[in-house]
Amino acid sequence: MLRYALKRLISLMISLAVASVVIFAVIEVAPGDPASFMLGVNAQEDTLAALRAELGLDGSKVQRYFNWVGGMLVGDFGTSYTYRTPVSQMIADRLWVSLPLALYALTLSTVIAFPVGIYAAARRGKPGDLTVMGATQLGIAVPNFWFAMMLVLIFAINLRWFNAGGFAGWDNGFWTGIHSLTLPAIALALPQAAILARVMRSSLLDILGEDFMRTARAKGLSRRQALWRHGVRNALIPVLTIIGLQFSFLLAGSIIIEQVFYLPGLGRLVFQAISARDLIVVESVVMLLVFAVITVNFLVDLAYAAVDPRLRSRT
Amino acid sequence: MSLLQIKNLSLAIHDTDILKQVNLSIAPGEIVAVTGESGSGKSMTALAVMQLLPNGAQTDGAIRLNEKDLLDQTEDQMCALRGAAIGMVFQEPMTALNPVKTIGDQVMETILIHKAMPHPQARARAEEVLTRVGLPPDRFPLSRFPHELSGGQRQRVVIAMAIALRPKLLIADEPTTALDVTTQAQILDLLKGLVTEFGMGLLMITHDLAVVADMADQIVVMRHGEVVESGATNHLLHHMQHPYTRMLFEASGHQVTLPDPGQPKPLLEVSNVVRDYRLPRKGLFETSGHHRAVDDVSFTLNRGERLGLVGESGCGKSTLTRAILGLEEVQSGDIRLDAQPVFSGHKANLAVRRKMQVVFQDPYGSFNPRHRVARLITEPFHLLETPPTGSERQDRIAEMLTAVGLSPDDMGKYIHEFSGGQRQRIAIARALIIRPELILFDEAVSALDVSVRAQILDLLVELCEAYDLTYLFISHDLSVVRTITDRVMVMRSGQIVEEGRTESVFSDPQHQYTKDLINAAPTLPDIGKVVA
Repeated sequence: MLRYALKRLISLMISLAVASVVIFAVIEVAPGDPASFMLGVNAQEDTLAALRAELGLDGSKVQRYFNWVGGMLVGDFGTSYTYRTPVSQMIADRLWVSLPLALYALTLSTVIAFPVGIYAAARRGKPGDLTVMGATQLGIAVPNFWFAMMLVLIFAINLRWFNAGGFAGWDNGFWTGIHSLTLPAIALALPQAAILARVMRSSLLDILGEDFMRTARAKGLSRRQALWRHGVRNALIPVLTIIGLQFSFLLAGSIIIEQVFYLPGLGRLVFQAISARDLIVVESVVMLLVFAVITVNFLVDLAYAAVDPRLRSRT
Repeated sequence: MSLLQIKNLSLAIHDTDILKQVNLSIAPGEIVAVTGESGSGKSMTALAVMQLLPNGAQTDGAIRLNEKDLLDQTEDQMCALRGAAIGMVFQEPMTALNPVKTIGDQVMETILIHKAMPHPQARARAEEVLTRVGLPPDRFPLSRFPHELSGGQRQRVVIAMAIALRPKLLIADEPTTALDVTTQAQILDLLKGLVTEFGMGLLMITHDLAVVADMADQIVVMRHGEVVESGATNHLLHHMQHPYTRMLFEASGHQVTLPDPGQPKPLLEVSNVVRDYRLPRKGLFETSGHHRAVDDVSFTLNRGERLGLVGESGCGKSTLTRAILGLEEVQSGDIRLDAQPVFSGHKANLAVRRKMQVVFQDPYGSFNPRHRVARLITEPFHLLETPPTGSERQDRIAEMLTAVGLSPDDMGKYIHEFSGGQRQRIAIARALIIRPELILFDEAVSALDVSVRAQILDLLVELCEAYDLTYLFISHDLSVVRTITDRVMVMRSGQIVEEGRTESVFSDPQHQYTKDLINAAPTLPDIGKVVA
């Protein structure tokens, strides 16, 4: 198991190194000079050169790459071209919103999807299953910002249980923060839960047809006991894969939801940075997301091994 | 007093009749074998006793276990009986165990689910039954996972689960079909021993008549969901009444006479072939080990000769086959067909490839279901530089379909319209259509019912006469190899341990392994004369 984890860890390091080179190269070849963008079309050549020097845009490409990576390793992501503040500070502020929101939404989606998927699989073809399949189909088809607006309409405007938008911050206590993230988390979680429930259902149905399920029944286990003791854990592998993908999506892909609820999250930061050609911010956020995705995949790999002993012994 | 009595059992699934008026009974300590070809309803009979039938099943009649009618039991009552009063062993040991649970947990589960004894005793009992089935905990700890065991060992675990609570009735559905002959012999011995030791009744489902004749006290022969004949083994074997029973036994021991192979003239020359597979590295900085699948194999196959290759799973038969076909490169040694190498410059030699064709085991999986027969059997044409077109192509298709006993009209049909035996005929037609110099039959009759197998063997003889076939017949089934080949090679752990004229190898084996193989294979009783 330890050897397996170590191997995964090494592959994680290599992926990160490769990703950093790719991100740097892609952003380098992107058209648009931040200095001329900031100073406008009529800027003097020497003013531009001065600004480029100040922004650290004048060194060789290799040198700038190592400066960038080296800085990141010690937590220095550089300074934003537009806001003139340290990027690390900007990201940290946004991460305090986006990370809890992603985790919150992922937890909700898992907590909804598991029982629903298992319920549907256990009642395959019966009304309960058909209802679940219909509802999840709807959940996948309807865009999450529509859910978001409906949630605002019902729970913020009519019932007044939640604020319609904005983030209260964590300074006023954990529950206040959670409270203001609840509606966005639900809006994000519902479509994900619909996907996850379907994956859980079909994965479990595959397992229910396996020979060892029949063996379990022949031992005297009831249908339900066989499902829980032998089915669920075997069905988890594809589900874990989807959970890993969903987390990555939730962390950065929530820009519309952030917009609807007026949340200062990572998605909006990237959006603003791209429009302002603030390449250093874009670079850093993308690198951070890559780091998050690769780390999540690493954790998913470890989870696979925890679930399936065959992976552990294959080192 | 019978332990299990099935009276007039009928079964329909979604209004399709599966079983009709089935009667059989088993006394304690008795082995009853239910036999028949695929679709005869033998497995459904077993599942009906377990009440583990598919959805939409309707049963009628009575299944009495100790005078308790199982058809009247509620699902909860059946759960209490399954595993405790009736144990069941299945065909596929590779998939019958949950891959993510240890063998100890799975054996203990049978005990714990019935609340038969508290945890520590259950553990002791699990160790005891695993020891009884030949997996003592000092060598096979309870913490082992199924993937760490071989097929035979897994089947022992399945048996241990089934007998952990000493059920009165044990049902074994094709328990040894997926196993090698030597393993099969061990498992059959184990089952026999358990029946004697615990006084269990054993309901054994098997298509293998040699196993039936070897094991059973009573035989029940089924066809199309009906019992056509039943009786005490010895009596039934010598006084078969029903023509179907006779046909089954005759087909099982079907013998053919091959035409004379003619003058020996080398066609395929295999010399000192070695094929290694790399094993995963044990440590990050260690070099990876090798598994030698084929170890210094040399042989010559003469033109017009029919050569057999037998051996147990993992002995290297398939690897050798793939190497001969030029599907993978060998590490050292040389394979030549007609003095030309099958592999040159790291890729298969196309000039040689078109002189070889192969027929695989699975008649269901080896065809593209979306193509018609005409397209399927002309697939090898792409190996030719100038494939026949137009009416010549049609003629070739018609000729081949006729040669394998089908009609030229079949060329417009899809593969799902054919039975397993017909599909295997189509596979043979596909192999023959470019008139290859050499055909490889890779377990080509192993998946077929005995009556169909007999027909295919007859077909091979006809084709040998008509087309002077040269083939390599790879099989684990010794009885088939014995009749359909001139010469045979016995392979073990990558090496050819014995080679010679088929009849002399079988009647007077020299190598100990060949002797073990032949002794382990259950033999069909010599009933031919009695019946005739």
